[in-house]
Amino acid sequence: MRNQQATQLLSELSKPGRVAVQWPSSDVPETPLGDLFPAESLAEQPPRLPELTEGEVVRHFTNLSTKNMSVDTHFYPLGSCTMKYNPKRNERLAGLSGIVDLHPYQPAETMQGMLQLLFELQEFLAEISGLPAVSLQPAAGAHGELTALMAASAYFRSIGEKRTVVLAPDSAHGTNPASAHMAGFKAISIKSTKAGAVDMDDFRAKLNDDIAVLMITNPSTLGLFESQMREIADAVHERGGLVYLDGANMNAILGIARPGDFGADMMHFNPHKTFSGPHGGGGPGAGPICVTEKLGAFLPSPVVVREGDRYRLDDDRPHSIGRVRSFFGNTGVLVRAYCYILSHGPEGLKQVSENAVLNANYLLSRIKHFLPVSTGDRCMHEFVASLSKQKSERGVTAMDVAKRLLDFGFHAPTVYFPMTVPEAMMMEPTETESKETLDAFVQTLFRILDEDPDMLHEAPHSTPVSRPNEVQAARSPCLKASFCN
Amino acid sequence: MSPENLLYAKTHEWVHVEEVNGQKIATMGISAFAIEALKDLAHLELPEVGKTVTAGEPLGEIESIKSVSDIYSPVTGEVIEVHSDLPDNLDSLHDDAYAGGWIAKLKITDDSSLSELMDKAGYDKLCAEEG
Amino acid sequence: MYLYNTPQDQQEMLSAIGAASIDELFTQIPESLRMSRPLDLPPMQGEMQLTHHMQRLAAKNASPATHTCFLGGGSYDHFIPAAVDAIASRGEFFTSYTPYQPEVSQGNLQAMFEYQTLICELTGLDVSNASLYDGGSAIAEGVIMALNSVKHGQRVVVLGTVHPESRQILHTYFDDLGIEIVEVPCPDGTADLAEVDKAITDQTACVVVQSPNFFGSVEEVAKIAELAHAQKALVIQSFDPISLGLLRRPGDMGVDIAVAEGQSLGSPMQYGGPYLGIMACREAFVRRLPGRIAGETVDRRGNRCWVLTLQTREQHIRREKATSNICTNQGLFALRATIYLSLLGPGGLRQCANLCTQKAHYAQSELTSLERFETPFGGSFFKEFIVRDRHNQVPALLEEAREAGIFAGIPLGNWYPELDDCLLVCVTEKRTREEIDALVRTLAITNSQRATIHA
Repeated sequence: MRNQQATQLLSELSKPGRVAVQWPSSDVPETPLGDLFPAESLAEQPPRLPELTEGEVVRHFTNLSTKNMSVDTHFYPLGSCTMKYNPKRNERLAGLSGIVDLHPYQPAETMQGMLQLLFELQEFLAEISGLPAVSLQPAAGAHGELTALMAASAYFRSIGEKRTVVLAPDSAHGTNPASAHMAGFKAISIKSTKAGAVDMDDFRAKLNDDIAVLMITNPSTLGLFESQMREIADAVHERGGLVYLDGANMNAILGIARPGDFGADMMHFNPHKTFSGPHGGGGPGAGPICVTEKLGAFLPSPVVVREGDRYRLDDDRPHSIGRVRSFFGNTGVLVRAYCYILSHGPEGLKQVSENAVLNANYLLSRIKHFLPVSTGDRCMHEFVASLSKQKSERGVTAMDVAKRLLDFGFHAPTVYFPMTVPEAMMMEPTETESKETLDAFVQTLFRILDEDPDMLHEAPHSTPVSRPNEVQAARSPCLKASFCN
Repeated sequence: MSPENLLYAKTHEWVHVEEVNGQKIATMGISAFAIEALKDLAHLELPEVGKTVTAGEPLGEIESIKSVSDIYSPVTGEVIEVHSDLPDNLDSLHDDAYAGGWIAKLKITDDSSLSELMDKAGYDKLCAEEG
Repeated sequence: MYLYNTPQDQQEMLSAIGAASIDELFTQIPESLRMSRPLDLPPMQGEMQLTHHMQRLAAKNASPATHTCFLGGGSYDHFIPAAVDAIASRGEFFTSYTPYQPEVSQGNLQAMFEYQTLICELTGLDVSNASLYDGGSAIAEGVIMALNSVKHGQRVVVLGTVHPESRQILHTYFDDLGIEIVEVPCPDGTADLAEVDKAITDQTACVVVQSPNFFGSVEEVAKIAELAHAQKALVIQSFDPISLGLLRRPGDMGVDIAVAEGQSLGSPMQYGGPYLGIMACREAFVRRLPGRIAGETVDRRGNRCWVLTLQTREQHIRREKATSNICTNQGLFALRATIYLSLLGPGGLRQCANLCTQKAHYAQSELTSLERFETPFGGSFFKEFIVRDRHNQVPALLEEAREAGIFAGIPLGNWYPELDDCLLVCVTEKRTREEIDALVRTLAITNSQRATIHA
């Protein structure tokens, strides 16, 4: 049933003379281009782009879409990515005229509705995080980390301190050290214990007055709540440092625990995870950040403020670090987050986390019988199983099993992350999956572990392609098609 | 340049030192043990000729598909020649990490760090521990 | 709410887990750190209520549907063909994620590869990544690339005609890092080559130019590139993708790294984001490129396919030494741009660019035929231009136009105090002659009223 022809490259499908978009002729008097631009600015011809009809374009991309697994079509237990259902109503509401077609420079009095929405979202996020000052500007979680670290840097400068180090556990997402480096800090990692917690001895040994920020993901990447969180935060604060919470795993604690209450000074949300923004094949996300009162002055400008029943953008903020991107922010993603929060209310958000944690624990309770999970019998919203026993006994790797799952119509869990667990397989079912789906996944996984290793090494067998040669791709990079029409 | 007669750094580089016109010249590369550990080599970043380095400092990088490792200079000195064909023949490192797999030649300006390097027996012991 | 577990499911699951209650699952969070009250948020709203609520909010906003939009400044009211929305709203595209499993992501990966191909064609450069956040932060990422590639200095020369917000971003990113951002004032609306030359020293890592620039004017990019290259500095050009239907491509003018705000290519303005950061560069800098990159290869059966490649540049492998901390790409908006460019084709892009520039020139000539307005700068422009209000009444002028249903332009005083009697007017292919004439008529009436008042 697969249409091979339609999924050739655009450059191969292109035929000179085909047209999809017909523009009207100019309704104003035309001036010869030569009179408008100096000859050296004008291109001799437009860029070579494909020439196709609208029908061909639609068929091409529609056929391409069928080569993707997605949340709409498959169980997608990709750990640390919170691949939950993306409500259709949010798409329609974010697409309303008066929302989707606002120009970023139209005056505040012509978009009181949008500013009200964004102001309320600032308030919602402050309440959920327990941190009162909010910037909606950052474009993604990693961008939020960078922005918050820049704000931390400005804060220390304001009190006459120059601190140079950011600490983060070795199980942290790679963005943590990368953001620290971009913000001008030296990134130093703290060891994790076998159980996935911060190694307190290593933490204490590395804690000193040069530590600007401790970045911590809590609940952690291993799906645990850091039980010593309060002690860790107090120790950092005692030395004058700040605690940054990577909010990647907020889906586990909505309405249950607030970062501001457990010691965080700064955090980002990933609305495309926690608040159901569609992942879009890699993005867009958004990375709103919430900080304590004393750090609020350093957040990027502008922020939305309310005066009586009017809303306006405030960019008269002398201590602000400035701006980390163009315009207000990834508003489209923020609008969806706003709709998601209102669709749930306080009780509903708590139930989201309760069911995300219930689903993860249920999955864990069934999987632990055949795959060891070193962190024990309980987890938060996700857990990490290890296939190191399968690897040593049968030569079957986490990659083999991940690939084989695809044959059965399940997206694979995250594999080989965190790097602290060998043959890691990180599973996050989210709350928007049924017990029946989880049961089917467990049965499939169990069955796969019994399959012929040689067959598994060559899995998947039913997908359009199998085991692309990544070495060739990296060694002789081919990063674009040759265009020869 | 047999592996037996080379010196090794803890970070898995090998080095061969010879004297040419009264000047100590080091030829260095990466050990076969390290090459095997890296598996699918994807990219080698050579140092620039003329670069001066202190022993233990990064000199270049070697990448597999999903990992990247610094190549540390085993000696203090100046890079005088690099093996410019090597990045295009990375597979050859699996066959010959030594003579034909040399990465750079350096003019040694301070030979005090040479005493920190191991002989083959010492290095084999290290590999066994890491292995 | 989108919960699946019935009370019975929950009981069965809890007994499989061996827990008495859901609450028990949270005992790993110390009691003292848990919330003792419900969140203080508005109550849950069903879909119908929420729809009403959002419609009410939307109705409080003026939009191009209610007001004719002559606003630009980096976000543009271009036409979006229906096929873009139809394809991009397919769940297989917008509810999938980064293609970690290439076997079940060939749709996204091929789309990324096609996007890279079209961006290379568009810019005349060798390599494109799979997209960055937006045009403004893409400039900052370009500067990081340049600083990492050119080791002889930490000086960054930025023309004063680069979007003011982009310049703010550069200051935010780099001021604390010991990197010197040197702005070259451009009082004539485009760069003075002698001033640019003076600003570039042998310590300069790169020169950042925007063309068409913030005022809409075309800069002498090729000459600026020569000046930069003479000092071994790189040239970063921020460009307008639609303009390349007519204007010479960055790669053909000696530019090393080209970046753009890609919103123009089939994405809605949606109050500033999400947008699309375009970035392309010369082959030599490929290993310094930030962000995801798709590459072609073959699978074990020898079939052509695509994967994420050159991943060792990225944060998940190189951590603090990565080319950037970026891990998302704007996949959905890169997809929209790819569809848009495929629908337009070379002829369509050229016609679109021509319509923009013809209409913008018509609007400029009509406006400046009014006694009240003049152009402060000479030089050629693409789809935006500046007019000066001789009466120096820009806020009142804009307000009156707004009351007449027209967003007439962007006031410049906040960014350029010396231009606080000027506004930036943008005309895309969507504006009709009627709308342009209405703009001119409205501003002319405003003009006569003022004249009467002042008389």
